[in-house]
Amino acid sequence: MRDLSLHVMDIVQNSLSAKSDRIDIIICARPEIDILEITIKDNGIGMDEDFLKEVKSPFKTTRTTRKVGLGISLFEASAKSASGELNINSQKNVGTVIKACFKISHIDRLPLGDLAQTITTLIMSQPDVEYVLNMDNQKECFVFNSYDIKKTMGEVPITQYEVIKWIGEYIDEGIKIIFGGVLDEIHS
Amino acid sequence: MKSIAELEEIRKKALEKVSLRSTNQEMRIVVGMATCGIAAGARPVMNAFVEELGKRNINTVSVVMTGCIGVCRLEPMVEIVDKEGNKVTYVNMTPEKAVRIVAEHIVNGRVCNDYTIGEADKK
Repeated sequence: MRDLSLHVMDIVQNSLSAKSDRIDIIICARPEIDILEITIKDNGIGMDEDFLKEVKSPFKTTRTTRKVGLGISLFEASAKSASGELNINSQKNVGTVIKACFKISHIDRLPLGDLAQTITTLIMSQPDVEYVLNMDNQKECFVFNSYDIKKTMGEVPITQYEVIKWIGEYIDEGIKIIFGGVLDEIHS
Repeated sequence: MKSIAELEEIRKKALEKVSLRSTNQEMRIVVGMATCGIAAGARPVMNAFVEELGKRNINTVSVVMTGCIGVCRLEPMVEIVDKEGNKVTYVNMTPEKAVRIVAEHIVNGRVCNDYTIGEADKK
């Protein structure tokens, strides 16, 4: 994967296959300890303990077209190559939480990438799911909630092109405010 | 900073359009968006389809995503399914190809043969 936003997109696909209807994406930068945390939390069907034990293995997958599943393994590899780690917690019928952390200044830490496009693509393809994006730099905080948009738009579908475009621009502004200057690839 | 007031404005404008919009979907664009697709660049491709349809004001085509289509080496892959269920599979997609497919296939009904899976396998 080229950047973190693609990893987020990939992991959220797992949440969608697990029949979640609310997905929280929390991206938190802690500049004072040089750590970036990405948490993806869903309310899907969850995993049982046996599956959870093996889930990080590339040979554990629910897909039927082949025997390998690389989503979580790749995310973990990206975290580890930036002196971070990845943890998964899951409870059957409650949901799953995946948390990855990265050393912000590490030379191999992937850039954040086009997070706005990740969110708009997800909304386009699964508009019935509620997405909450929470970005935080310990001083300021930006929250995007697809439910608020739907409430404002009323009978106009959230997938209407103009709405999607607005959401993309809105999130882009949020990224600049929260991560501008904090992550060195984003200018404030 | 963008405000909710802008969204209200978009809503009013969209409402005028929505009433004119037909509810029957003529075509479906299905983008493969599993790990293989995402890593190969499916997200910008899907975005290009959405943007191009938006620019041309086409409301009868839906863009959806699916999991692994099964031929990861040819990702990003896109299937165009018409009302009768006829399917054309395009492979090794890029945003530029997406724009051309909207113009030729979606709007004018001419399949872009050189981008299809059948053509890719001949090489």
